[in-house]
Amino acid sequence: MRLAVVAGPPSAGKTAVVRQTIRSLLDRHRIAYLKIDVVRAFEDEELAAEFGIPARKVCSGDLCPDHAGVMVMRDAVAWAEGEGADLLLVESAGLCLRCSPYTTQGLGIVVLSAVSGTNTPLKMAAMLALADIAVVTRIDLVSQAEKEVFRERIREVNPDLDIVETNAVQGTGMRYLLRAIEEYPQITDPDTIVLRCAPPLGVCTVCIGKTEIGWQHHFGVVRRLEDADYLFRGD
Amino acid sequence: MDTSPTREITILPGRNRRGAPERFEAISIRPGDTISIVGPTGSGKSALINDIEVFARNDTATGRTVLVNGEFPPEEFVRDPAYKPVALITQNTRCLADLTVAEFLAMHVRSRKIADDGIVERTIALANEFTGEEIRAGARMTALSGGQTRSLLVADAVLIAAAPVLLLDEVENAGIFKERVIEVLRAGGKAVIFVTHDPLVSLLSARRIVMRDGGVERVIEPLDRENEALREALRLDGILRRMREEIRAGNLITGPVGA
Repeated sequence: MRLAVVAGPPSAGKTAVVRQTIRSLLDRHRIAYLKIDVVRAFEDEELAAEFGIPARKVCSGDLCPDHAGVMVMRDAVAWAEGEGADLLLVESAGLCLRCSPYTTQGLGIVVLSAVSGTNTPLKMAAMLALADIAVVTRIDLVSQAEKEVFRERIREVNPDLDIVETNAVQGTGMRYLLRAIEEYPQITDPDTIVLRCAPPLGVCTVCIGKTEIGWQHHFGVVRRLEDADYLFRGD
Repeated sequence: MDTSPTREITILPGRNRRGAPERFEAISIRPGDTISIVGPTGSGKSALINDIEVFARNDTATGRTVLVNGEFPPEEFVRDPAYKPVALITQNTRCLADLTVAEFLAMHVRSRKIADDGIVERTIALANEFTGEEIRAGARMTALSGGQTRSLLVADAVLIAAAPVLLLDEVENAGIFKERVIEVLRAGGKAVIFVTHDPLVSLLSARRIVMRDGGVERVIEPLDRENEALREALRLDGILRRMREEIRAGNLITGPVGA
């Protein structure tokens, strides 16, 4: 089975990219889909109804959604294999630009919108830097020069990133993403899949529901305003 | 990769919205060609230029295929802007980049790996030939008017993107000097494809593609049969342009307006 993890900011077009991918690959693959979100999600029901594929969701509630994703990913691989799938698509909640839910043995796809601002790629750091392929959506809304400038910004963060430009509603340009998914190596041993880096997830005291403001009320990563310029850097 | 220059782009038929095959064998586009795509709103004009822009391979909603020099273009033509032989100027007259004009153009120049110090200034100067409102290097892209944005993007496509084929979606809407644009593009040996509702732009084009219901309905080559209509369109356009300038300058138009 192959694994592809789709991440990207809210409203970037992740689900539209997933939908086109399923539509194009359905005739030659058995696809399973997992959506990770926070409060509510409907994509699993919509995609299951539209394509008749096994689909499910996890709502992380008060927990960081990418943390939730890490927790359930191993189970999800087993579930998809049990469903007879040969491709598992996992779509992240896309809340925090610092998140990077990509793993080894799976294709990392970042989705970003061409109309999201020239500096957006520079703000995305690990989500962009650790991906294998960037899908730039809403390409029909910008001119050639703007496309190229946006591309240049992505390359500043990750010069080797494969870039696919698409109007995901129409499906233009998707052929290169489909090829990348189909050519990516299969999972060799699900028990050895690890995250590509230690992402800034942190099950912090805020994540688990403490609402008091001020470091005095929290434990774990605690900083005062004076020394909080750059709050935390992982290993 | 075969990087020989683009001699010809060929559009092969797909299907219209009802699924019926389009009634043309092939449409060829060569350097110096001027083609206008006409038809009612929603007839598939923008979809046709989008097919050209992405080099459709029977993988878009229309099922058309677009070839370069008679073959499927190499992947770099489609994916790497430095090799891409077409540039599309969309109907969108807002640029979203939060940069100044000079920064935006400089970044584009850098992405194209062009070593030419004066190219940013020359691009702004050319853009200023297309618009009556002067574009300044230090202005923010997001603060430009529709006409200024359009003018700048056309000038960019000519000088920086330097694409041999330009696709212009409703160039007339933005209030730019369309005759001057066409003149510059022709002089540069570009192939230009206009999506247009403008009679003058259509009459200035050597060929017309007529769209209906998502498909190509006819391809017309008027030759010199429309010369009289073209003369009349030029005369009327001249009248309207002079009136527009008088109105913009705050004048009353009380004298004769005909030429």
